[in-house]
Amino acid sequence: MWNANAAINFDPLFGFTIVMEILAEKKNKNKPYKPILGGIPDWPVYQLSKNRKEFLEEVTRKSIDRILELRPSRKQLIDELEATAYREQNRIKRNRWRVDPKDDSRFWSDVKKDLIESSAKATEESDKTHEEILKRIVMRYANEIAGNFKPNSYRVTRELIKFWFSRLLNGARVKKFGAFFRNQYTLRDKIQIVGKVKLLRKLAKKGTVVMVPTHFSNLDSILIGWVIHSLGLPAFIYGAGLNLFNIKIFAYFMNSLGAYKVDRRKKNLPYLETLKMYSNVAIQKGAHSLFFPGGTRSRSGLIEKQLKLGLLSTAIEAQRNLYMENPDAVEVRKIFVVPVTLNYNFVLEAPDLIEDYLHVKGQDKYFQEQDKYGSVQLLKFLFKFFTKGSNISVSIGPALDVLGNYVDEEGHSIDNQGRLIHTKDYFISSGQISMDMQREDEYTRMLSQKIVSEYHKINRVFASHLAAFVAFEMWQRKFPKLDLFGLLRLPEEDLELDYAEFRETFKRVRKRIYELHDQEKVYFATHLKGKVENVLKLGIENVGIFHLKRPLLLNKKGNIITKDLTVLYYYHNRLVGYDLEQFI
Amino acid sequence: MTSSSLSDKPVGVIGAGNFGSVIANILAINRRVILYARDEAVVSSILKTRVHRGYPMSPHVEPTSDLAYLASQCDVIFPMVPSAHFRDMMKKLSPYLHPYHILIHGTKGFDITLPEGETIESVSKLTREQVKTMSEVIKEESVVVRVGCLAGPNLAKELAQRQPGATVVASHFNEVIQIGKKLLRNDRFQVYENNDIVGVEIAGVLKNIIAIASGALSGLGYGENAKGLLISRGAVEMVYLGRALGGDLKAFLGVAGIGDLVTTCNSPMSRNFTVGYRLAKGENLDAILADMTEIAEGVNTVRIAKKCADHYKVRALITDRLYKVLFEGMTVEEALEFLMRYPLNVDIDFL
Repeated sequence: MWNANAAINFDPLFGFTIVMEILAEKKNKNKPYKPILGGIPDWPVYQLSKNRKEFLEEVTRKSIDRILELRPSRKQLIDELEATAYREQNRIKRNRWRVDPKDDSRFWSDVKKDLIESSAKATEESDKTHEEILKRIVMRYANEIAGNFKPNSYRVTRELIKFWFSRLLNGARVKKFGAFFRNQYTLRDKIQIVGKVKLLRKLAKKGTVVMVPTHFSNLDSILIGWVIHSLGLPAFIYGAGLNLFNIKIFAYFMNSLGAYKVDRRKKNLPYLETLKMYSNVAIQKGAHSLFFPGGTRSRSGLIEKQLKLGLLSTAIEAQRNLYMENPDAVEVRKIFVVPVTLNYNFVLEAPDLIEDYLHVKGQDKYFQEQDKYGSVQLLKFLFKFFTKGSNISVSIGPALDVLGNYVDEEGHSIDNQGRLIHTKDYFISSGQISMDMQREDEYTRMLSQKIVSEYHKINRVFASHLAAFVAFEMWQRKFPKLDLFGLLRLPEEDLELDYAEFRETFKRVRKRIYELHDQEKVYFATHLKGKVENVLKLGIENVGIFHLKRPLLLNKKGNIITKDLTVLYYYHNRLVGYDLEQFI
Repeated sequence: MTSSSLSDKPVGVIGAGNFGSVIANILAINRRVILYARDEAVVSSILKTRVHRGYPMSPHVEPTSDLAYLASQCDVIFPMVPSAHFRDMMKKLSPYLHPYHILIHGTKGFDITLPEGETIESVSKLTREQVKTMSEVIKEESVVVRVGCLAGPNLAKELAQRQPGATVVASHFNEVIQIGKKLLRNDRFQVYENNDIVGVEIAGVLKNIIAIASGALSGLGYGENAKGLLISRGAVEMVYLGRALGGDLKAFLGVAGIGDLVTTCNSPMSRNFTVGYRLAKGENLDAILADMTEIAEGVNTVRIAKKCADHYKVRALITDRLYKVLFEGMTVEEALEFLMRYPLNVDIDFL
């Protein structure tokens, strides 16, 4: 498959085009980060995969216990099993994926058959059958979810990515032919990592890190894998949508990076509990973890407002378990939650995502995962990305404890007044550490609110985001009587913004962003500073830069026009939630 | 049960006003209680006489003026201080609190934070950014997250006489509700559960507005028809305002809403009722407030609720007229006349 990459690399259409430096970010002077742990054998994720069998057995056993706790009566268990079998057969009939195991259909029809047969048996015997069926199901799920981290293929993948990316980068950026083999530019120039990197590196040695990034694009999964590596951190285990494994190139990457699979089609209790237990046990064992708490890519382009609480709750549960199992220990391995935002000028899937969003707006409907973008499209995109500017930045947020308190470099939780907090105290009732699911549900909600508010604070505003926001809001203002759908139905030819007017508004909103930044409510990229004409130009040129129909352009008169208002709306959404509308 | 519970950790009560003292006595039926009073003289007087504000204090109640001591001894604390002092009290208490503490407050008022030099009237708008319930103040000022509140028809005098009564304990945490229930419940005191803490808090706060209006009607010498009208329309107004401020409808229909509303509106004992009554008799507000020993929360609530209603564009006629009576020299008769002539005829439009 790497031949495919090489072929594109020498594609005469794209190869060695002269490239303007569109985004004038400073060249990254930072030396690469040293790995915080010596060799791969020390990595928790490796330990986990080495003892894969024992690990999965533990997950299976604990999941079964939990499910039996949740469905204590015989009838409840039978109902649950029957519902699960029914739903699974339905899924197989309606929504099959390439990654699904070949024996899916047979497995579930066997389960169903056994369920029917057991109803004829005596109570005691049939109880045994039910638990046996549950065990079969949970084991199957655990095996399906489990990632398989292989040090060798991890190393190979990592080197391949680094090698080809830097070849692309150097070949594209420096005009001379020989530049292809130089190392003047590295990925670090293309992807800026900003924020609390030092803190993250320190804490990854002290405790277990749970990284929770925003999710806009399928590429996030690969990008974040690279970020983790380039920060010198050991590989994380991460929950990636099973749909990604339909795309071969992703499947290759993800498997070798230690990803575990999250199948959003399966909503049955045994599956959800097994998935949560997998994450829970792995975190308890000290494996740094990553999942996208939004659950799925943001359809609207909005920063996630509502997080999925299931996987998030496993961080809290794991922490409580660690305290419970070591009641007298002075220091228990602590879990640190680190919010991360990924900032793009361009999201490959934007047109389809926003279509989905508009389609279901107002009704909470499940949308089918559709990935029109196969391996070839992705490689093409990557190539464009490396050759044509459009930088990405990754903001690492401050670390939080599982209750959402900030954490200092020593790993201590600190309250608003700078006083020390013992995280353990949150799990104490009448002097005893206790397990209280309702309490932890509430804690999960609190943590998720905190993460969302951190997302907004560490979000890094690009010129392109600002341009999209200002333009869309100005059009909205020009047609005050139209609702969103009315506005989006307007023919694009009718839309034109006077340059001078746009510039003034842009300037005004930019000033507001500076103010918000001073109040520590948002960040902005360095390129946002400087002469407003230049920043504005940068923004217009970069917003959705690789779309066929560009969301923003300048016409011959120098005024602002759009070729795709819907996609503009998508990029505009990135800055919703800061009350900037009043400055339009 | 009493003897074994008494050996457990004591329960804290902060604020030795009427309500605080009565709650301390109720808690003392089941537990040892540590009661905090700001005033050293109150502490020594309780120790000496075992009587406070005319109530005999249970021997299980230990008065103190030391917040650090109280917080170190008690895992569960009931703050019962007026809303105007609540944030200051929390700031003083906060250094001694830990996440294992549980706080259940019984204060029926809002906290507002205004920019320096501004008043409720001068500030351009009042939103939920500035207006906080007491549970929100607790969370802002301390590390405590397990917070609950008490609300309901709890007239201190009747409770002190061991007349039957009820309260609702509201919290997001079942744990807090169950602990509150266990501590408070006795054969004369029923405890209900609610998980919409903000709704319950807001209901308890807003009912004080209607209580002033009820006192005013009574002061004018009107009878039960007028009161029935006021209570039902008042409840509707509470729902409108409460929703705008983030409460759920259900809280307003329960013990903390209708239950408390009916009680306070029929109770000449209540401070807010008294304010309205004396206004209708022609006294002015300053004179009335000057000779009250405890704060009538409703007066401030009217100011806050009116400003919020303006901002959130909620129709709150009673609050609005009452504001004019309290602060703009309108007479009670004029206000009443306006309300009676107002062309509004939909009874209920929120269900």
